[in-house]
Formats: sequence, C-alpha cells, structure tokens
Amino acid sequence: MKIDSRVVLLPMDNVDTDQIIPARFLKTISKIGLGDQLFNDWRYLADGSPNLDFVLNKAESKGAEILLAGDNFGCGSSREHAPWALTQFGFKAVISTSFADIFKQNSLKNSLLPIVVSRDVHAKLLELRSADQAMKLQIDLASQMLIMPDGESVSFDVDAFSKTCMLEGVDEVGYILKQMPAIEKFEAGRLGGLNTLVWQ
Amino acid sequence: MQQSKPRTIIEKVWDSHVVAEQPGAPTLLYIDFHLVHEVTSPQAFAGLRDRGLKVRRPQNTFATVDHSTPTTPKNLPIVDQIAATQVAQMATNAEEFGIPFFGFHNENNGICHVIGPEQGLTQPGMTVVCGDSHTATHGAFGALAFGIGTSEVEMVLATQVLLQRKSKTYQVHVDGSLKPGVAAKDIILALISRIGIGGGTGCVFEFTGSAIRSLSMEERMTVCNMAIEAGARAGMIAPDDTTYQYLAGRRFVPKGADWDAAVARWKQLPSDEGAVYDHSITINADELEPMITFGTNPGQGMAISGNIPDPASISDKLERDSLVKALKYMDLQPGQKLAGHPVNVVFVGSCTNSRISDLRAAASVMKGRKVKDGVRMLVVPGSQQIKRQAQAEGLDKIFTDSGAEWREAGCSMCIAMNGDQLAPGQYSVSTSNRNFEGRQGKGGRTFLASPMTAAASAINGVVTDVRTLMGGK
Repeated sequence: MKIDSRVVLLPMDNVDTDQIIPARFLKTISKIGLGDQLFNDWRYLADGSPNLDFVLNKAESKGAEILLAGDNFGCGSSREHAPWALTQFGFKAVISTSFADIFKQNSLKNSLLPIVVSRDVHAKLLELRSADQAMKLQIDLASQMLIMPDGESVSFDVDAFSKTCMLEGVDEVGYILKQMPAIEKFEAGRLGGLNTLVWQ
Repeated sequence: MQQSKPRTIIEKVWDSHVVAEQPGAPTLLYIDFHLVHEVTSPQAFAGLRDRGLKVRRPQNTFATVDHSTPTTPKNLPIVDQIAATQVAQMATNAEEFGIPFFGFHNENNGICHVIGPEQGLTQPGMTVVCGDSHTATHGAFGALAFGIGTSEVEMVLATQVLLQRKSKTYQVHVDGSLKPGVAAKDIILALISRIGIGGGTGCVFEFTGSAIRSLSMEERMTVCNMAIEAGARAGMIAPDDTTYQYLAGRRFVPKGADWDAAVARWKQLPSDEGAVYDHSITINADELEPMITFGTNPGQGMAISGNIPDPASISDKLERDSLVKALKYMDLQPGQKLAGHPVNVVFVGSCTNSRISDLRAAASVMKGRKVKDGVRMLVVPGSQQIKRQAQAEGLDKIFTDSGAEWREAGCSMCIAMNGDQLAPGQYSVSTSNRNFEGRQGKGGRTFLASPMTAAASAINGVVTDVRTLMGGK
C-alpha cells in the first residue's frame, strides 16, 4: 500500500463519529453509498447545497487520499459507517496525534490507515500544508514511512498483524476459522461451564 | 491455578478468556455474550450469508431493536420506511440465524444495555460485546464489556472470538459519599471533565472506593456506561453483595446449586490486594456538586454553580479552537453561568439514565409540580418491563400530571434517528450520554445532566440546581 497524495486539512481536536456521519444516515442496511454523507452536517447547508466554506467542498480536496486531523479523531460511537464513509469518499489514510480505540480498529479492518505522529511532526505537517495547498505526502505501509515534501521521512507504528492483513489481503474471519480446534478445546475445557444462556 | 502476581479484575477476566496467543498476532479472546441491534448488524449478517456461515453460538447471542424504533404507541406503524426496513431486517436475521430476539412488539423489548442486565443475561466475569460503544454499561457487573464495529460483529457471530490487544488498566477511585442532589451521573461527568474525552484511550477503567460500593446496580451502570465518553474501552466494578442481590432470581441466571457455584466463582473476581494499575485517579465524592455540560463533548462539563471557561485561558491552539467552536455552536459566552439558562426540551431516558431508579429520581422532583409552560419533556423508559413497573408505582401519572410525555421504550432522543429529536437551535437538558453537535437533532444543543437536574430544569424552564428545589419539600 503506497499513497502519494495531496492532503485535506481538518485541524480540530475530538472530531467524533457523529460528525463523520450523523446517526440519521445509519438506518441503511447496506455498506455502500455513505461517501456522500461524510461530514454531512458540516458539508451541506440547510437547503442541501454544499457549504463552500467546508474543506471537503474546496477544489484542493478533490481526489485527495490523506486527511490530516486533530487529536483523538473518531471518538464516540462505534459505528463502522465512519470508516466506510471516509474510504468511500476516497480517503486511504488519516494522520493525527491520536485516535479513539474503536475507530482505529474499524479503520484497520477497512484498509483505512490511521497514522499517529508526534505533536512536533503534526505541527510541521500543519504548517507545510497551510503554506502550500498542493502539498503532497507519500506514505508507504510496507516500510512504515511517511515522507514529507522536503524529503524528511518519519516512521510510524502500525499493528504488525493488521499490516500483514492489509498488505497480503488476509481475511480475519478466515484466519480465525482456521483456529477452530483451539476455540473448541477452550470451550470444552472451560472451568465453571460456559455461562451458556438457556431459555428457562 | 495459583497466580503469584496480584491481578486486577480487568486482568482476571481477560486471562480467563484467552483462547490462543501467537507471537505478533493479537490474542484470540473468547466472547461469552453478544448483544445485537438493528443498526450495526445488518451488514454483518450479510457478510455471513456471503460466506455461507451460520451464527456459531446463537445461544450466547441476543438481539433487540432500539435505536431506530419510534417511542410512539406500539399500535402505530413505523412511518419512516427506511427505519421500518431496518427493524424488519433484524427480525428476519434473528429468525434465519436462530437468535433469541426481543422484537418491536415483544413485551420485553428495550434498549440493549438495559435489557441485558434486566434479564440476567449480563453476569460477572463474562466478556460482553455489542456493536455499540455503550456496551461499557455491562461492566457494572464485573464483566469485561466493550463496543465493537460491524466487522467485529460479523467475526463474533461467525466464530465467538475476537482478535484483541490487551488494554492498559486505569483505577478510578471514588472516596467519600455523594451529597443529596448529587447522582451517579455526576461522578462520571466529573471524571470526564477532569481527564478529558481522550483521557482513558487505550485503557479499561476499574471504579473502586466507598462511593462506588454504596451505589445501587443501576447507578453503577450509569457510571460504567459513560466510560467510553472518557475514551476508555470499558469500565468495570467488582461484583459484591449488591451485585448478587440484583441478579438473584433473574430469568437467565443460574438457579439452585448452580447459582451457589456461580457466586463462589464470582467472589474470586475482585482485584487482588496489591494489584498494580497502569494509571490511577482519585475523586472525592464529598466535594462533588451536580454537574452540567456546556460544550459539544462530554468532557466540556462543570459543576452547576460554575462558570463557562474562557478559551483565552487555554494555551494549546487546537484545544482553544475546539472550545471556541463549541461555544459558538452552543451560543454561549465565556464566564457565563448555565444555571438560569432557558431550556426548550428536557429528555429523561437513554441507556445511561432510563432505569426505574432514574425514573423514581425524576418523579421525586416532579411530584406535585408542573413542567414550565413552553417546555417539552419526554420521559422514555429503557425497557417495556421498566415501563410496566413505573406504571405499577404510579410514576407515569406523576409525569403526565406534570405535563411530561410518557413514551414507549427505546433510545429516543439520545440519538435522533427515530423521530424524537430537537429542532435546530433548541436547548435540551438531557440525561443521555453525548452532547456532540447534532447528536439530538441537527442544530440541537445539549446540556448533559442527571435525572434530578433534568427534572428540576423542566419545572423551572431553565437550567436548575436541583438542590434549590429540595429544601421546602
């Protein structure tokens, strides 16, 4: 997975998943068609027309695959509709100083790369991007490197298992199903029974 | 097996559910109880169909509909066709995959995090998951309970395990005792305002201390429910006699000799003397006042007598900008007091505060009083069982006599995807868990508070310190 893209700037702390996609769009039974509702209440005005002040509606955001966000991105609700909406819009990576736990897990399961950088690197990225709307970043998952326009490269952490899954297309349910003997052994040997819930 | 190193309850429950560990890979963690609801599961069931898989342990799985269901009378149809389709899909999936289901018209229907404990499905020492972040609620029983995404819902349905990395442990010690007018909700709002909404990220809380021990199970659920609002995966409270008394005789708990054996097992769960936590904080309950939020996240809260902070006092730019943005959205000024601020709607309900003790607390304030003219108040029980119990106690009469609406069970105005919502610009005092922008309806503004504070605010039509109504009663 290699990304070479311009960057959308959303420098706000604590962006919650209700902002990423409001609950009223969660009545769908499908995964698709959510990209249009990404950041819906910031992105559209009351009459449904685009809010031209919002970053996603600006020309420089077209085709960008990287979102540069503030601290604790994706907090709140566990809705996986958030990474679905982000990836369907076209994002492949989100960079922040931290992510909420559930959002991070959900993102990794949808090949949306949550990249945590230090406050210093975050500040530098904000500065570079603010100075140049067309600034491009390169991200290489295999080497876990983020490369800035001035050539400086910064390494980032990613869960080793998730990295393998993303790079090699490992299906996690398939991976677990292969370990079914261990699960059955665990169930059989469980002290004090299984807490099985029986209709009484 | 004797362990030499003292362990916390968090580690004990984790350790007893490890199925397999391989170098470099996350732990295979066994899941005892999986709650399913209509909003985050349809895509997971579709995934099972695509793979030709069954639900591996339907007997450890339980489904309800709560988020997108209306709270209007049950004889009315669901008018929102998209919601009706989603609710019908949950019924189809439960039927097809053989999962126990408390459907829309079932007498035990209700909010997933209310009915799990109510039915005795949630038990100490279990691992509990649900495609819902407020699964943390079940930690009140000494269960390790956390919210998951839809991919993980599919994983648990198919295999009964999850791939998980161990969280850090965080002790939240609450000393002393709550004063009159101060509620369990105020403990958790105070914690979140102190450590921030990312303060618990990567951690599981264990709530300890005398103030926690003296809480009822329902109050403990309120505290654990909002662990996620501090960013924690889960919040746990070790089981004790209060827990066993609550559980005894409930529908799905063991009976007879099995009950005795279960209690003996559960008594091994509390954290060992000398167990070490990665983080800790102490809160003195004696010093707590009723809390209220002023901003657009649950960490932006203060004592009800307090003043809204000034962004100019914050040095970090993004943090300062976030407060400026919140106050602009809320149309509030730095330095302002919230007590006395006009309110349009009051909501008592949600998985945080919709249980019988919450309704009793609200009713105790409202009895013999009227909701202020021009204020709309909704009281929404967490389950149909709670609704019947409240009616048996005459609480519904207190609410309706005062001018409040008494509704059917559901998530209601906590999430604004079921017809119950604020209009743009309206202010609510709400007993729910999130004051995010638009959470209770696009453009709506939320003040989070306890049921007592909500009821007092409904009476006065302005944000009210309930203690001012308690003296003359």
